[in-house]
Amino acid sequence: MATGRGETRTSTVENTKMSNGQPRNYTNGHKNGHTNGYKNGTNGKTNGKSEKGGRWQDDFEEYFEETPYHIAILTYLGYALMVFIGHVRDFLRYYGIEQDKSCTESNQEDYVPLYQNWESFYTRNVYRRIRDCWNIPIASCAGSHIDVQERVTHDHGWNFEMTGKTLKVMNFGSYNYLGFAENKELCGRDVQRVTEKYGVGTCASRQELGYLDIHRELDSLVADFLGTEAAITVPMGFATNSMNMPALVSKGCLILSDELNHASLILGSRLTGALIRVYKHNDMKDLEHKLRDAVCEGQPRTHRPWKKILIVVEGVYSMEGSLARLPEIVSLKKKYKAYLYLDEAHSVGAMGPHGRGVVDHFGLDPHDVDIMMGTFTKSFGACGGYIAGSKRLIRHLRANSHSAIYSCSMSPPVTQQIISTMSCIMGRTNPQEGRRRIQQLKWNTRYFRKGLHERGFIIYGNKDSPVVPLLIYMPSKIALFSRECLKRGLGTVVAGFPATPIIEARARFCLSASHNKEMLDKALDIVEEVGELLQIKYSRQPVPRWTSEALEPSPE
Amino acid sequence: MAIIPATWDMYDLIQGFLQAPAYHLIFEALLMVLIAKLFFSKSYKPEKIRLSEKEKEVLVKEWKPEPLAPDVPDDHPALQAMEKYCVDGAVGKTVNINGKDCINMATLDFLGFIGNKEIEEEAIKALNKYGVGSCGPRGFYGTMDVHLDLEDRLAQFMQTEEAILYSYGFVTIASAIPAYSKRGDILFADEGIGFAAQKGCVASRSTVKWFRHNDMEHLEELLKEQEVEDKKNPKKAKVTRKFFVIEGIYANYGDICPLPAIMELKRKYKVRIFLEESMSFGVLGATGRGVTEHFGVSIDDVEMVVASLENSMASIGGFCCGTKFIIDHQRLSGMGYCFSASQPPMVAVAASKAMELMQNNPVMLVKLRENCERVHKAIKDIEGVEVRGSPLSPVIHLQLSEPAADRDLDMKTLLMVQDKAISQGVAITPARYLDNEEHLLPQPSIRLSVSSQLSEEEIDKSMDIIKAVFRSVLSGNTAGHGGGGDSAEAHS
Repeated sequence: MATGRGETRTSTVENTKMSNGQPRNYTNGHKNGHTNGYKNGTNGKTNGKSEKGGRWQDDFEEYFEETPYHIAILTYLGYALMVFIGHVRDFLRYYGIEQDKSCTESNQEDYVPLYQNWESFYTRNVYRRIRDCWNIPIASCAGSHIDVQERVTHDHGWNFEMTGKTLKVMNFGSYNYLGFAENKELCGRDVQRVTEKYGVGTCASRQELGYLDIHRELDSLVADFLGTEAAITVPMGFATNSMNMPALVSKGCLILSDELNHASLILGSRLTGALIRVYKHNDMKDLEHKLRDAVCEGQPRTHRPWKKILIVVEGVYSMEGSLARLPEIVSLKKKYKAYLYLDEAHSVGAMGPHGRGVVDHFGLDPHDVDIMMGTFTKSFGACGGYIAGSKRLIRHLRANSHSAIYSCSMSPPVTQQIISTMSCIMGRTNPQEGRRRIQQLKWNTRYFRKGLHERGFIIYGNKDSPVVPLLIYMPSKIALFSRECLKRGLGTVVAGFPATPIIEARARFCLSASHNKEMLDKALDIVEEVGELLQIKYSRQPVPRWTSEALEPSPE
Repeated sequence: MAIIPATWDMYDLIQGFLQAPAYHLIFEALLMVLIAKLFFSKSYKPEKIRLSEKEKEVLVKEWKPEPLAPDVPDDHPALQAMEKYCVDGAVGKTVNINGKDCINMATLDFLGFIGNKEIEEEAIKALNKYGVGSCGPRGFYGTMDVHLDLEDRLAQFMQTEEAILYSYGFVTIASAIPAYSKRGDILFADEGIGFAAQKGCVASRSTVKWFRHNDMEHLEELLKEQEVEDKKNPKKAKVTRKFFVIEGIYANYGDICPLPAIMELKRKYKVRIFLEESMSFGVLGATGRGVTEHFGVSIDDVEMVVASLENSMASIGGFCCGTKFIIDHQRLSGMGYCFSASQPPMVAVAASKAMELMQNNPVMLVKLRENCERVHKAIKDIEGVEVRGSPLSPVIHLQLSEPAADRDLDMKTLLMVQDKAISQGVAITPARYLDNEEHLLPQPSIRLSVSSQLSEEEIDKSMDIIKAVFRSVLSGNTAGHGGGGDSAEAHS
């Protein structure tokens, strides 16, 4: 089954062994080749044979169980049916038999239509029917519990009406990894003081008198935290990528981008004018192959050597829950003299014993990564992003990045929130509190992943990744899953095509240090109940070995 | 016997063969050879150069990439200025630079909302309820009630059906343009549009036709050319969307776009309008609705108005407004909307409160206009300086009327002006650009910004200082210092 993900089947032997060992859910109709879904992980032994870096691989376990054949076929059929019905209804609408509730452009008869009809076909006929699963408004802080505002629709998703009621649910949807979204006790007072002193905005760019002393403080704190020489901060995470990448590479350069990179990285790459080549997700062989070809063959047509080659990866991939195979990427980058751009949006704060991201998780030297990028939106409960690296790089960005010149500098209260939370993680204020949260998150991650594995769900990703995608596959089931969970008091996020490949619709849980064992148990029970109802316990793989090891008690 | 006819055939064949003329036989033989050759020869393939692994190793070893970042000297003027003028405290009506309070004529806080206690109070209330970050994109529990409130308020205020919020001003227009305009579509863009809109044009991959800044004749010329082009290929014209990309008040020049003339062209040539109002929202018009209100143009005829909340609203973020048909589309295809965390709630609340204050107290807009006119009047007659900008614009560019051939030299002169002005208590700043990235790089200038909060005395005082500083710097230059750094050094 072509899932588009790196098919490095290095672990066939091991999987077979494991399948035989624990034949749970194992149907004889399927041969081992099909059930071999452990593409990247569990290969401590096979990869361990190579001398270098055997240690990190021992602890590097990722799961990507392949989509079962019958499920894939049923999913395609589901989509086909929806598209068919969509066409029928479009036909009825066209002849006025069914009332067309979509908006139309008024008095623009002679204009070229703003959208092509087929562009909105999917939105109109598929997305609209399950629209209530997204953009759910909340009336509280995005902490461990949220107050969801109830909405009703009387016309199948065309319009919503607020009922005025709120529903308190557990929040497994926000990227509140370290639980800093709720900030009252820890940094609320500092942020309030800063708001009173500086106001909310700055109305100026860094180079045009919008550079405040707390911005300077934040820049150097970020550099200290990550262990780099310098850093620069930007008020929006998305813009950190899209506005700074063009200052780094240009025409005549090559960008090697992981196929699952975030939209902001793709947009940033496009704006650079460099050539972009995409390699298979986390597939080191493909990456090396493409690197080698690029260096040897140079630019297409002219065959001049590339000016620079930039490898762009993410630390934790937010839709897959996988980790970049950073030690291998670093050694490849060194071998081929490429530069490495690491986006730690979902990993900074959340990964590593000190919360410094995947670099910390793998115990690497931050100087080996040329450009360390990350955001403050997630673990720090704030907003914005940073780029950290050598002094030379940061000096260049300060002088030449789009964000330093053309847009407003960071809001002072947001800046203070980051300073306070980062100091806490570093142990400068509230010693132990930061460490406790990091450990709690790690424990929660393992506990929750273990629970889902044991219940027979297919989940993706690294065992230490706080992003936990649970595969549901069918588009109708993602809506039902979301609604049923919400009804039972669990707020999760679901995603389907086009955010995921067409047959890999999924729900996603984001764990947080603000969850406790009791909440996790409750959440697991709800998922179990809904999973039974929806019949989505698809896993045919044995429960991974690590789950049988006893977890230490929760560090609460 | 059955064989006889066959042998007869064979006999005929042989007879025929023997009787055939020689040239015929040779011809047939040649044909046979040709067929055989076609049959057996391989199809043509250019020989691919295959490098051996060893050669590849050598190439990999040999290749030397350029350094990741060019070496910017520590004393780069922009960096130096940034570090030197790091602000302590709020960038409000006055700014504290290195312990000295200066009248602020640099930052774009037109209505003086920074330091407004009512806004701060509301923001702190929101801080206590919602925390700081929203921890998610709008789709995934990042939609707070305050975002919806602000969107409603904006739509109501602008008298449009719907508004959509972005969490950062720059990204707003840069995402909005590519949401509609795709490869093959045509953007007619003013050469003076800001950098964010330029990036939006690039990201859309559409064909961009630049018309000279505010030059309607040139625009019409381009439209006519396009019309001819369309007639040649009506099939393509039927699917080619066309848009104008213009600004209300141009940030780079301080002048107002001739909207009525553009509306005429729009109707005549069936082009939709993207109007960027970051500098004119909360500035122009009786209630601050911007350039449409200023000219009395119905906002329904403008497809989309885009503005940042980072100037007159003194917050962070931006919004687009228009009909539901147009704006709703961005909720699924505005890159900066879908894939980014939503605005921090307290920031949204601050913008909401600022809107409320402006709506309840439109006098501040009158005051702002008076102040702008006062500054314009006062600044007119400095020798060697050209003032650019409409008298209604709070953004005023002061350029050197005789620019040197070397841009850096002019910039140095302007930095000297900034240095001196700040030391005398007026904070001003030269407008900053990325010299190599702009479509059309504006001349170096000091960009003054006017706030409604300034009193007449403050304006007069700061204008006197700016004038005096310009005179002394410019006379110093012509007297033979040649724009050197000595006087600046002497000062600092």
